[in-house]
This record gives sequence, C-alpha cells and structure tokens, in this order.
Amino acid sequence: MTLAPKREDYDVVVIGAGPAGLAAAATAAEAGLSTLLLDENMGPGGQVFRAISSTPVTDRNKLGADYWVGADLVQVLRASSAEVIHRATVWSLDRNLEIAASIGGASAFVKANRVIIASGALERPFPIPGWTLPGVMTAGAAQTMLKSSALVPNGRTVIAGQGPLLWLLAAQILRLGGRIDRILDTTERGNYLAALPHAFAFLTSPYFAKGLAMMREVKAKVQVVSGVTELSASGDGQLASVSYVAGRRRETVPVDLLLLHQGVVPNVNLAMAAGVEHRWDDLQLCWSPVLDANGNSSVAGIAIAGDGAGIGGANAAIVRGRIAARAAVEALAPASAAKLVPMAQLRTDLAKAERGRAFLDTLFRPARQFRIPSGDTVVCRCEEVTAKDILDAVAIGATGPNQLKAYRRTGMGPCQGRLCGLTVTELMAQARGKTPQEIGYYRLRAPVKPITLAELAAVPKNEADVKAVVRG
Amino acid sequence: MFRRSEQDQRPPVQIFVDGVAVAARQGDTVSAALLASGVDARRSTAVSGGPRLPYCMMGVCFDCLVTIDGVGNRQGCLVPVADGMQVEIQKGKREIGK
Amino acid sequence: MSGEYDVAVVGGGLLGSAIAWGLGRLGKKVAVLDEGDITKRASRANFALVWVQSKGLGMPAYTVWTVRAAEAWSRLASELKQQTGLDVCLQQNGGFHLTLGEEEFGQRTELVRRMHNQVGAADYKMEMLPASEVKKSLPLVGPEVSGGSYCPLDGHVNSLRTFRAFHTGFKAFGIDYLPERPVSAISRSGGEFRLTTPKGELRAARIVLAAGNANQALAPMVGLFAPMGPTRGQIVVTERTMPFLPHPLTTIRQTDEGTVMIGDSKEDELDDRALKHSISAVMTDRAQRMFPHLSRLNVVRSWAGIRVMPQDGFPIYDQSETHPGAFVACCHSGVTLASNHAFEVARMVAQGALEPELVGAFSASRFGGAGAANNSGY
Repeated sequence: MTLAPKREDYDVVVIGAGPAGLAAAATAAEAGLSTLLLDENMGPGGQVFRAISSTPVTDRNKLGADYWVGADLVQVLRASSAEVIHRATVWSLDRNLEIAASIGGASAFVKANRVIIASGALERPFPIPGWTLPGVMTAGAAQTMLKSSALVPNGRTVIAGQGPLLWLLAAQILRLGGRIDRILDTTERGNYLAALPHAFAFLTSPYFAKGLAMMREVKAKVQVVSGVTELSASGDGQLASVSYVAGRRRETVPVDLLLLHQGVVPNVNLAMAAGVEHRWDDLQLCWSPVLDANGNSSVAGIAIAGDGAGIGGANAAIVRGRIAARAAVEALAPASAAKLVPMAQLRTDLAKAERGRAFLDTLFRPARQFRIPSGDTVVCRCEEVTAKDILDAVAIGATGPNQLKAYRRTGMGPCQGRLCGLTVTELMAQARGKTPQEIGYYRLRAPVKPITLAELAAVPKNEADVKAVVRG
Repeated sequence: MFRRSEQDQRPPVQIFVDGVAVAARQGDTVSAALLASGVDARRSTAVSGGPRLPYCMMGVCFDCLVTIDGVGNRQGCLVPVADGMQVEIQKGKREIGK
Repeated sequence: MSGEYDVAVVGGGLLGSAIAWGLGRLGKKVAVLDEGDITKRASRANFALVWVQSKGLGMPAYTVWTVRAAEAWSRLASELKQQTGLDVCLQQNGGFHLTLGEEEFGQRTELVRRMHNQVGAADYKMEMLPASEVKKSLPLVGPEVSGGSYCPLDGHVNSLRTFRAFHTGFKAFGIDYLPERPVSAISRSGGEFRLTTPKGELRAARIVLAAGNANQALAPMVGLFAPMGPTRGQIVVTERTMPFLPHPLTTIRQTDEGTVMIGDSKEDELDDRALKHSISAVMTDRAQRMFPHLSRLNVVRSWAGIRVMPQDGFPIYDQSETHPGAFVACCHSGVTLASNHAFEVARMVAQGALEPELVGAFSASRFGGAGAANNSGY
C-alpha cells in the first residue's frame, strides 16, 4: 500500500525523520500548521534512532538509554496531526519550495510554505587502500544492522577509526555478544593537546561521563591499539586482512569484517541542489550550510535542522528541529507560537546540548592521511577513479571538482558525490595549494537520488514543455 | 560475517536468492538478509566488474544494488523483505528489460 | 605571467581546445586562457553527436563544412589516440532522427525533401525510412515509432574524453593551459596583442576568440562582431545498461560506458542552474515510447547547458581588419566540427589568414555589418 500525500500544499514540509525531523514536525503540527513529514526509510528514527519503532533488540540496556529517547519523540509525533509518509524519497526541492518525492514508484509533488531539511549526516568517507573490498563497511552500517535486525559480527572483526560513535557501536556489539577482535584507534596524538582548551566544557557536559564509561566497558574486553597512523585492507575479491602501523610497528591481522568510522558529515545533496549556500568548515572538515540562528538558509523558506546543519549530535538535532519549526510558526501563524516552548528556552537547551562539541570536534578531527589518499586508492567508488587519476587531471589543468568530473567522471555515479566529494575537494586543494573553500564542490542538481525513467516521464507536462522538446 | 542475536524474536520470512531459498526475518532489509544468510552476495560493478558488498547500509553508497522481483538496480538496504521475494545478485551492467 | 606566444586562444572549451591543439600540432607556441571550475561550459553539457543530417538548411556551405568535418573525424580520433593513448570511441555508422506517429513522420519527410532540393546538397545521403526499415537497424524500437530520417555519415563520440584528450595533448605539444584567467580587455600595440586577466597580462602575436557565447562581448575589443543567440537545453542521463542502441539518434544515444543520454530541449531561459522537470518528462516520455524497455532504467542525473549559438545558427569565423592577427571562432556544433577546427582552422590561423573558399560564408559580415550588438541577455 503506497501513501500519496493528502494535500498538494502544506504549511511545513519536513524532510527526514531523524531526531531533528521528528521534533520539527511535531512542533509545527502542535502549533496547528499543516505538516507533512517525508522519510526515505521504512520507519522513523533516521540513523541515530534507527528502527526505534521496530527493533528486535527490546532489552533497553543493550542499545542504551540515549537510543530510547527516540521512542518518546516518535510517540509525540504520532500523537500529533502531522502527516507522515515513509519510504518516500525526496528527489527534488527547488527555490519555489516545490518538492518531488518518489513514493511506491510514482512521483508526488507538493508545495510548501516552509521546508525544513532534516536529512542528517552520513559517514565521512574513509578512503584507505582496499576500502571497496567486500567485507569493508562503515560503523554506521554495522549499527544499522544491529538495531534493525539484531545482527552482530561473528567472524574476525576489526573496528578502525575514531570518534564517539565508534565506542558506542563497540559497546552495543559486545553487549549483544558479538565479536570484536581489535579496535584500531586513529585519533591523532596531537589532537589531545589541541583539544585541551575545550576540555572544561566537555568535562562538564553529559558526553564526558557517558563516553568514559563506554570506553572503559569496551577496553575491558577488546584489545585497543592507539595512535594508528596507517591503515589498509587487502584481499582477493574479498577482505582477507587489515594492515596497520602504530608507533613504529606494522601489523597485519587476518579479518573477515572491517568496520570503518571517522565521524559523520552533513548529507548536503538535497540542500545544495536546492541552491542553499554552503561554506567549508575547517574544524569539522566538511561543507556546512550557511544558516541564521533559526536554521534559515540562503534560500527563502528553506531551513535546515539537525546534523545536516553541522554535526552536533542527537540532542542538538532535536532542539534545532524545534527552533526551525518554531521559526516557521512565528512566520506563518505568529499567534500560535505562544503554545510552544519559548525560543529563549530553546536557545538555552541548544547551548546545553552543544556543550562539549568543540572538544569532540578537535579531538576527533580525522588525520590528513585518512582523508586524502594517494596512488591507486579508489576515491570515487561509483566510477572507480583513483587518487592518481585525480592528480593526473589536476596536472592537465582541472581546477576544481566539476572540471575533474568532465575529465574523469568522478561524481557522475548514483551516489552523486556523497562518498567521494569531500575527498575530491581536499585532494585537489592539497594538489593545487588552495583551500577547500577555493576549490569548491560538485554542482549538484535534481534528481538527488535516482528515479526511474517511467517515473520522470509521468511528471505533469504542458504544451509549452512539449514545444520546447519536439522540434521537427 | 554476521549472526542473529537471540534477542531477535521476529517472525521468519522466506526469500529466494538466485533461486535458492534463504531464511530472513520480518523487518529485515534485503541487504541485511543477504549479509545474515552467509550466501555469497557479492555483485560485480558495471564499470570494471569488480566485486562489491553493501558498505553504508543507509542508502548513500549504492553498493547494495540488487535485482528484486525482476527489477534491477534496487537499493537492497532500503527494501524490506517479503515472503517469496525473488532476489538476484547482479553481475555488471543492468540487463535490458530487467 | 607575460611571455610571448605565437597564439593566445581565449576559451578552453572544445572549440578553443581543438584549435589550440591544432596549432600546437603545427609547432606553434600557444597559450589557452580559460575560466575556472564553475562557468557555463557547453563542452561539459553537450550531447556528443558528430552529426550531419539536417545541417545547413539555408546555408549550403555549412553542409559542405559539416560533411568535411565528419569525414576528417576519424583522423582526429586516431591522432589523439596515438598521442595520448585515449580512445575517444568515435562511432560513425549512421544516425537516426526517429518520429513518433504519422504527423511527425510527415513533417520529417518534408524536411528531408527540402534538404535534398537545396543547392549543394547532392551528396547529402539523408533519407526517410519507414518503421519496418528502422526496425532492422534498431530492433528494440516501440510500436509508436513511425520511422525516421537516416544519414550514414552521422555518428557520435565520447565528447568528454575528447575534451580530456585535447587537454592531455596540450602537455605533449608544450601548450600552456591557463585556467582561472577570464579575459576582461584586449588591446593591440607594437604588433602584438595584450590580454588582461586577473592573474596578469599575456602577450601574443595572434589571438583566437573561442569563448563561446562570451565572444559577443570580446569580439568588439578587436574590431570583430559575433552576435549570439544562446538557448538552454536539458539532458538526462541514466545508469549503465547492456548495449542496445547500435546507432545514435538525435535525442537518444548510448555512450561507450553504457549510460543512455536523452535530450533535448530548446528554451529561452539562460539559467543553467535551474531545471524544469516537466521538460525532462517530455524528453523521457518520448524516449520510452521509442524504446519501451528504457522505462525501467534509473535516471541518475540531469543538467542544463547553455548552447553556444550564433544568432542564425551557423558558425562564425572571422578575422579582424582593424586588429590584424585577431580571429573569432564560434559555432554550435563544437563536437562535430572539432576535426575542422583542429586541422583546417588551426592551419589557417597559423598561416595568418582564413581561406574564403573554405569559411568565407561564415564571416559575420553576413549579419549586415557590426551594428549594435544583439542583446541576447547572455
């Protein structure tokens, strides 16, 4: 049974049912605005609250209290008047706030007075040699399988990378009796010192105690190797071993599953294709949308909330969702804003949720060699383009990712640069001696996710459209 | 690579992978079911024919592409399993009419 | 960044690159001035056809020029292959313009008749074929296809790889490719040209303006006239699929990679960032009516490009009388004419004079003199 939207236009359309989207949709609906929430997945929760309504892992101690916060959010949303459609893939959003969503193989079009993009984040690419081998996955992938299907690694498993999510995943796997043979920590030693100025805020934030407890839990059971400076995966058609350097020693371990994680970055494709201005964030090493304090972007009527606005974690995402929705209410139905939590309170909540972020961002800033590969390491997974190919293109004059795309097809695959874009920007910046901001990013356009020809062909057309195409 | 936790009490669902019956659970995505089954689910890319398995499990990497009920290049990590579903592992470019 | 060049080519797209490459091939010292990563680049947005049929209705010289280019293309492809190792996958086994339904078939038949009646089109070889004949070459066509026009000289090429091959060839020829240098002013003194860019001035004995639609603004700087009438076109491309289309069509081609490109529109809109999905809908609907099996394929990208289009659709090649040594070159069919640009136009620029028998018809004097520049809004 496929659900089409009940209306052709809404006051507020929210895209993405993760923490920010759930909170935003519930808030807008609470104020009486006609609200539509579109989400690509089978159920609500996005990534951090993945499978919150359907997880087979019902023992709350396994996934942890922070995960189960999502259940409350979903309950509030479901009690609201917001219309929710799952398995709806938004493939187009334009400056006129017209949205095209693919639902059950057909495209539905809705218009909004306000759009809140809450499409969240994705794993930062981790382009090491061999990262395209079967058996290499992201930590997020393993976490999704764990939450959605109670699946845990049972072969020889190595987790490599850095950041709080890595420890959370490891803890959850172990609690469910999964196997982890080794954790390779790629946190740069120098970052501990660099993060020190932010330490106080972190120590007095909720992250510290939880993080510490989790690390202890994991370290008690798994060998952790710190200061890993080199990493590569090998195998013949399938992952067979992982090789790494820590200190001055190189080790190679046989492995069936390698889980990589070096933080998450905003999923910018929909926002960029809609024309939202982004700038390079040199601390978080990613493209972030340029937003005001309410999450409003450079395109009138489009706001961004959650990790898509800049990585801040689930709690910050919830508050940002509320702020963006409240701002929409203030604009569209100011009298109704009185029902909602006051903005001043939300700002206090946000400051609290963001406390400690700078420390995490600094400490877990991924090392250069793991962001910028060389030689035969694949950069564009879809088109199978290597670092060397890209450098060759720079040598014949490619100044940025779009010229590179023309020469070598990077970014032309179905992922539309989600897994290569950051690497390309930084690799070219390094090769040309420029900043990432100067290099720029792929120019993205709809469809931001593939749709069938039949579906596109069924989009309503008029005589002017036909005349523009059929020309004898 | 993966096994099912005892926590999982969900009802079973039967799908077919290249004609062979595979046990899955209700609520699994096709990709999760493939990875849990122990079947060699590696596809080969349309570019070089190189082998791939799912990487991100969240719909952004497109390495989980699989043919489902006769329709090619479906993202297996976004499609829930259904009883009797026919899954085919893809080799290379999408076939005509599939 | 000053230095002395024999020729400075303003514009590093397919046209400018072909001419520059051709000049380098003749041993000239060449600089190519180009813009940066984000700019309107027809070279990155085109449909990659090497097309003859229906070219030149109203200007027989263009038909001749086009046929010449089609015939010289294989030489270009093989020289590029030899020099760079890159295979541009030129395929010239004939192309079709298919019609859907009887009315379109009638209209196309009429066009073919007019082409045949035109003076100088004797060797044209464009013919109308009924559906039954089309089916022999294109077995997967759908029932609505009523037939189409066919020309054995038509073909297509991997235009992006051609672009890359030219730029790779620059290195071998010692051509200086200088990006991020849009030209804001051109002057001539002491027998040489000075071009002003944000990164300094460049000097050259001769210049070729090959900046596409921007030629309209540049040409008057050297006493030339290049009225342009750009239009926007949209294209949609699918994921890779097994080969099914052995000949290119005007609106559908399957690339050597296996992807299927579907075009195209003609709109007066000049914003290449905006896309009209309703137009893509018309294009894709026609495509699936021509080849029903396409309906299942996924569209992975769509884009819009601004066509480089001289006001009357025909090329402009001119040399300046007030500023000797300055040439202007712009055309719509930068892919089809690449061979002519690489071999003939380069040769003429190197010699210092355009040859009237070859390109006299394309002088901008056909527009009635350098009057007020057409406000194309570009």
